[in-house]
Amino acid sequence: MHYLEELKQKIKDRLPELDVVIGWEQGFDPLRATPLFMKTPEDVDRLIAGPLCVHNLATHLTGLKGRKVGIIVKGCDSRTVVELLQEKLIDRGDVVVFGIPCSGVVSVRKIGRELGTLDYVESVDLSGDTVKVTSEGMEHSFALADVAADKCGRCQYRSPLLSDVMVGEIPDESATDDYSDVAEFEKLSLEERRGHWLNAMDRCVRCYACRNACPMCVCRDHCVAQSRDPHWMTQEDTVQNKLLFQIIHTMHLAGRCTECGECERSCPMSIPLLLLRRKMNKEINDLFDYRAGTCVDDIPPLQSFKIEEENITERGW
Amino acid sequence: MSADATELRIVGFLCNWCSYGGADTAGVGRFQQPTDLRIIRVPCSGRIDPLFVVKSLIEGADGVLVSGCHPRDCHYSEGNYYARRRLEVLKRFLPILGIDPRRFEYTWVSASEGQKWKTVVSKFTEHIHELGPAPRLDSEACAQAAAIALQGL
Ligand code: SF4
Ligand code: SF4
Ligand code: SF4
Repeated sequence: MHYLEELKQKIKDRLPELDVVIGWEQGFDPLRATPLFMKTPEDVDRLIAGPLCVHNLATHLTGLKGRKVGIIVKGCDSRTVVELLQEKLIDRGDVVVFGIPCSGVVSVRKIGRELGTLDYVESVDLSGDTVKVTSEGMEHSFALADVAADKCGRCQYRSPLLSDVMVGEIPDESATDDYSDVAEFEKLSLEERRGHWLNAMDRCVRCYACRNACPMCVCRDHCVAQSRDPHWMTQEDTVQNKLLFQIIHTMHLAGRCTECGECERSCPMSIPLLLLRRKMNKEINDLFDYRAGTCVDDIPPLQSFKIEEENITERGW
Repeated sequence: MSADATELRIVGFLCNWCSYGGADTAGVGRFQQPTDLRIIRVPCSGRIDPLFVVKSLIEGADGVLVSGCHPRDCHYSEGNYYARRRLEVLKRFLPILGIDPRRFEYTWVSASEGQKWKTVVSKFTEHIHELGPAPRLDSEACAQAAAIALQGL
């Protein structure tokens, strides 16, 4: 990444005034990056940036509230920061946002599907729009677009919406998002849709990774999934319980979810959770012409109202 | 609906100040009403978490009806405005889960509208009877769904 050295220098410049700067470093294998918490210039030297840096680091911001934090964001991650600011969950004065341009991140799951196993990744070579992965002595070459996360194919924010320090060139290509995936799914009959979710949720192991990875899930120890007062969910391993939890997550994220996809990415059972979030967002967009995390001064639609709602028709009986 | 039709399970969340009063007015006026609805009285339609509705539907209700004060008439000034947004969003969200959105309705009935309450409850009950008992969402349904999915492959 041609801007990496510049980014490192800019972080080093700001480090003295910050408690920590969050970025990414090489993970346990060449394909996987992992969050990096930089406190010293030596830490900064381990920084990487590019298509392997999939984590939305803004997930860590609320946990670090009250400290001076620097954070590196891609376009989509910047929406999370905007949304957190909108909801006053973080203080603008405490956060220094380092923005980087982005041309897509890889979906490790998609690569895994192509390779059959991700247990023996020996090396990864990223050049231009190509991702070369060597595993078990075999080299596999993919176009980045083919193995990118789904959200990248419809990305409208390749450049951060908010940043204090920006490096790299602002990419100009911007895709559109017409929620065609939701429309496609809704062509199925009600029975088929029901069957789809029952099947999918039956796999859920209630690990709550989806919740823990979600940057907007901020109730932490007070999550209704585990609370006994109110006792919304039982500890039983029933499909009703698991489905209810996903609906709770989706409802609690209504008008707040920025579709970063961390919920779905972190799910060990490959449950297509983002479809539920996107359906919700589509309806929020249709009703209130609103997209979460795009404007710091907006109020999330379910935290406000209009006396006359333009798009809600009164029900006659 | 004929008098001897089997009752279905319909849950009604009614706000204390208007719709519960409206249902009471209908009762005092001795209006003939279907008896499928189980009423749960809540302080305000703004108190109705959409998850009350979802939990009812997931755990076997055949229909859910929410009723509050008319917009501009809320006892707490604006509870029903928030409710309107949440409930509308919920109604539009249900189809993706494979839950028929017609099984959930929300409306506004004031304390003096006994006649309107009777109409609302009769029509909604009639709709639910037309739809029949709701498909279950339990492990048995899950096993069936898996079997259907396997056949499809
Ligand atoms: S959604 Fe956009 S900004 Fe986010 S990773 Fe994909 S291409 Fe980059
Ligand atoms: S629900 Fe999923 S997509 Fe939405 S903000 Fe949370 S992690 Fe991101
Ligand atoms: S991450 Fe997946 S398996 Fe874990 S609780 Fe969420 S949906 Fe269930």
